[in-house]
Amino acid sequence: MKFRTFAMFVGPSIFLMILFIAAPLATVFLQSFQITQPVVETQQVETCTPGFLEQTCVTETKTVPVLDEFGNPVTTTEWVGFLSYQRVLQLDRVGAALAAGSWQQIMAIDFWKALRFTLTFTLLTLPLILVVGLGLAVAVNNAAKAIRGQIIFVSLLPFIITPVIGSLSIYWLFVGDGILTAGLEWWLERDIAMFAQAWTIEVLMLFYRVWHVAPFAFVIFYAGLQTVNQDTLESAIIDGASRWDRLRYVVIPHLMPLIIFVSLIHLMDAYRVFEEVVGFRSQAHVISLQWLTYDFLEPDDAGNRAISRASASAMLTMIGIVILLIPLLRRTWRDHKGSSH
Amino acid sequence: MSTPKALRQPFSLRLGSAAFLIFWCLIAAFPIFWIGVMSFKVPVDAFAPNPFDVVFGPETRARGKGLSILDIVLGLVVLWFAARVAMRNLSPLVAKYSPFGVVALGWIAASLAFGVGFVIVFFGILPPILGVLNGIAGPLGAPIIGLTTEHYQAVWFENEFWRNFVNSLIVTTGVVTVSLTVGTLAGYGLARSGSNIAFWILIIALIFRALPHSVLVAGYLPVFVNSAEILRPILGEAAPTLYGQPLAVIAVLVSINQPFTIWMLRSFFQSIPVDLDESARVDGCTHFQAFRWVIMPVMWPGVITTGLFSFLLAYNDFLVTSLLLDAQNQTMVPGIVGYFNRETTTTDQVEAVAAAVSITAPLFLLVMVFQRQIVSGLTAGAVKG
Repeated sequence: MKFRTFAMFVGPSIFLMILFIAAPLATVFLQSFQITQPVVETQQVETCTPGFLEQTCVTETKTVPVLDEFGNPVTTTEWVGFLSYQRVLQLDRVGAALAAGSWQQIMAIDFWKALRFTLTFTLLTLPLILVVGLGLAVAVNNAAKAIRGQIIFVSLLPFIITPVIGSLSIYWLFVGDGILTAGLEWWLERDIAMFAQAWTIEVLMLFYRVWHVAPFAFVIFYAGLQTVNQDTLESAIIDGASRWDRLRYVVIPHLMPLIIFVSLIHLMDAYRVFEEVVGFRSQAHVISLQWLTYDFLEPDDAGNRAISRASASAMLTMIGIVILLIPLLRRTWRDHKGSSH
Repeated sequence: MSTPKALRQPFSLRLGSAAFLIFWCLIAAFPIFWIGVMSFKVPVDAFAPNPFDVVFGPETRARGKGLSILDIVLGLVVLWFAARVAMRNLSPLVAKYSPFGVVALGWIAASLAFGVGFVIVFFGILPPILGVLNGIAGPLGAPIIGLTTEHYQAVWFENEFWRNFVNSLIVTTGVVTVSLTVGTLAGYGLARSGSNIAFWILIIALIFRALPHSVLVAGYLPVFVNSAEILRPILGEAAPTLYGQPLAVIAVLVSINQPFTIWMLRSFFQSIPVDLDESARVDGCTHFQAFRWVIMPVMWPGVITTGLFSFLLAYNDFLVTSLLLDAQNQTMVPGIVGYFNRETTTTDQVEAVAAAVSITAPLFLLVMVFQRQIVSGLTAGAVKG
């Protein structure tokens, strides 16, 4: 294919990606070093109230935003270097907390709290999803052909449901004296409030994510199981391999590329954890990195959006993405080199 | 084919794996099933600690709203006939009446027509008939399961959830159409070009796919809010404020979706033999004609699958739509979060449940109709790596 034709086919897509992905990325990078503020000036204001004999007058200095001829506040944009990063990271408080040896003080800072949760969430869900997905794939492969379709249908439901709605549906089972909280209370014979402390919310979030992503792993592993070489399995049986041995030494090595694929996709997606915080309404206890950026972008009570801090926290989130991507890119590069020879 | 005795599984293993599957199916379906049940009950029943109260709804029944044995039997009969029509008669009709090559469009039209017909019969015609019959039937006509649709009426009409539905419809339709148009062109170009540029484009797309959406929105927000002033020198007074515009959100979602779309479509195009293009080229087609008249007719399965995933992305999105759309143009998923902020009574909570079920119902139908395409889409990306 000539380059010109190729460019005509690919052009619109590239244009969209440059305009709406690459350009915003560059702006966010620049914004994180800038602060845009309304210009304020201080004015001496004398207010007088009527009093007996003479007026009581108070002189005070007020800060007033400067308005342009249309009545809109005038804003200035300044380069501030790493100030926004410093405001998000709050390294001085971290230093003080480290000196005091207090873990809780570090966890009182939003960014570190969000980082701690995002990392534990990502690393804890990964093995659970792989195990549940593989278990389901093997079990369905064992099941009678007639019921496989129905099982796949039911399994796809948690995968396809809107993430916010999915986490809400689990939230409603546990909120207050919800049906499952009531069941747990009856079983353990004690009072339980699932949404009053951080760790129970985190357990529910982990459960939700496994429930939501395990079907994806299951479908992919199940497709992989269909291509296992039957001759290898048979010779393994002849050599006296037990069921467990066959799974361990034949099936899992065959599925290894798929396991790596699912892990990488899951790491990327779990690192962006966000909808759970909205669905479980956990902002008071548990927040994630992406939610932190979202919160800076939401208008506060005065209607201002903290764009520079949002940009700084977004760039800090990106560091994690870059670390996650390196192995994936190396693998793709190797495949590409392999296929071109 | 009978399995040899050595390969047959011991009873304990089969029991274990069956138990595991049953347990999983319960866990997978239960939360969704349960919000469905809750949404039809008055608040006291919906949040009752006893599961039987939630299912049978004594309070709802006490208010005279419920299903009698007669209702259940007739309802099941209608459902059974509807399923029978869907299974047996729909597919030949589609095959007969859809124009050449666009069976997909035929299916979409047929499912829409079937859905509308079903809603009219089940919710429009059936209730009045049953009302009369229940009066005659005596004990058979007395309600045994509490059920009320008041929350759905409150959500859809009083709280005007249909506006959010229309906005969702606009956004998803726009995203699916544009991203498939742009994506198929790019996917074909990338699949048929072995050049290094194609490889680097794919790698960069892979990096873009991993970006958290909040990073990108942090870039859009200031520009979109001030776009009228930024664009004024170019467009004059007609410069629009992009913030709150569904069209702007469509463009954003299409672009965010592009990396995934081109990877998936490329893998589908690669499974179509190059010989097909080459023979078309020998017969005198240009690249574009070969693409349009030879490749696209055999690409429909891949396009439908990719369209499904674009639909899911646009329909399920919360972050982008909640930040870039204002209250009047809000879609369904961020719209439901509006219920939390004024969640003062339990009635509001059950209304939020009803809204959640309303959002889930189309997805449920989608899995029913397109299960095979969804599975093939998931595996197409993975097996090819």
